[in-house]
Amino acid sequence: MPSPIVSLEGVAVRRPGALVLRQVTLRLEPGESLGVFGANGSGKTTLLRVLATLLRPVAGVGIVLGARLGTGEVESVRPRIGLVGHEPALAPHLTLAENLHLVADLAGIARERADAALVDVGLAGAVDRRVVHCSNGMRRRAEFARIVMLPPDLLLLDEAHVGLDPEAALLVAHVIAEVTGRGGAAVLVSHERERVAALISRAVRVHDGLITGEAA
Amino acid sequence: MIRHIRVLLAAHLRDERRAGEVGLVIIPFGLVALLVIPMAVGIDTPLLDRIGPGLFWAVLVLFGTVVTQRQSATEGDARRDLFTLLGVDPAARFAAAALAGTILLTVFAVVVGSVTMVLYDPTIPGAAWLALIVPLACAGIAMVGTLAAAVAGGLGTRSSLAPLLVVPISVPILLAAAQATEGLRAGAGILRWILLLAVVDVVLALAGVLTARPLEES
Repeated sequence: MPSPIVSLEGVAVRRPGALVLRQVTLRLEPGESLGVFGANGSGKTTLLRVLATLLRPVAGVGIVLGARLGTGEVESVRPRIGLVGHEPALAPHLTLAENLHLVADLAGIARERADAALVDVGLAGAVDRRVVHCSNGMRRRAEFARIVMLPPDLLLLDEAHVGLDPEAALLVAHVIAEVTGRGGAAVLVSHERERVAALISRAVRVHDGLITGEAA
Repeated sequence: MIRHIRVLLAAHLRDERRAGEVGLVIIPFGLVALLVIPMAVGIDTPLLDRIGPGLFWAVLVLFGTVVTQRQSATEGDARRDLFTLLGVDPAARFAAAALAGTILLTVFAVVVGSVTMVLYDPTIPGAAWLALIVPLACAGIAMVGTLAAAVAGGLGTRSSLAPLLVVPISVPILLAAAQATEGLRAGAGILRWILLLAVVDVVLALAGVLTARPLEES
């Protein structure tokens, strides 16, 4: 039986003054795409950042891609995690191509892969456009170009469908299917269930830092 | 790590060249600050000669704060997360940001220093030493700013707290640079002040590299 992509047991996360995640238990198997729903401020994004190994739990045991959270093990698995957050991780005064080249250079891969990824996401005609002059939808596509360029084993999307046209939404579906199809997993955080219902295989609801159960 | 520093440094400088905030906003504003003083004190040539170098260093520290803060602001939370996931060592990010700040501040210092020479006409024998003193001071201010931005960023108060952290911590740099310049004017020894600048730079570099990861994870 393959190892789970994610295994959280009683995980808690503290931010100054309060626990923002409490007793979170969650398991994510290869091939799954999980929807995480909840109101603003419920802890969805915090959960996503825990799964991205960017937040250290103060209690419980968490394992992501075989690495135990809060230990040095996470550094080796971080390059296998793809995160598309609320805000684009793009330098505003660089062009789309320069942003992707920067990521390629840091990752130690050929820039041609960045160029090909931009074509794949439909940005072939805008590679030399600076991010400040791009629409939100184009910025989102550029984020997905990064995912296409560096295919992750764990894909984490935080309200990633916001601002996407129907064609780009298909792109997101394709990216998720590619990740889950080769044994990875995806987590989609949203407060709009209808927008992502077709993209997920199951769902949980977060309320006040707790996973309150499988979402209906 | 060296490759990451080189790549990030190039990105910082390209971003600044495109944004033009240092060249088009901060440098002109620094020049305005230098122009205002002669207007306020009048055409008192001996006085201007006396205060010129000190004003130059004060302007460099105060506007250097703005430069380094602008540098740190270009790396938002999303990009920081991305770099972490790409396996970029926080120490490499510190080094790249500090180097970019040093280069930008040195450009700022050359422009502001040239205008200081014209406006205040200070007498500085052995001014060639400034070619060593200025980059050392700029590196120190840049590292203080980068460190302060990391501390303030961790507290979620980058915009308001960073300048308050930078200016007091820059006092040894300001003191050493100003005293070295005064030493040149007086024909006195300046090596101890240059040594102090170098020691402060080394201490700041070590502090930045060693605390980069704990600060990020805090």
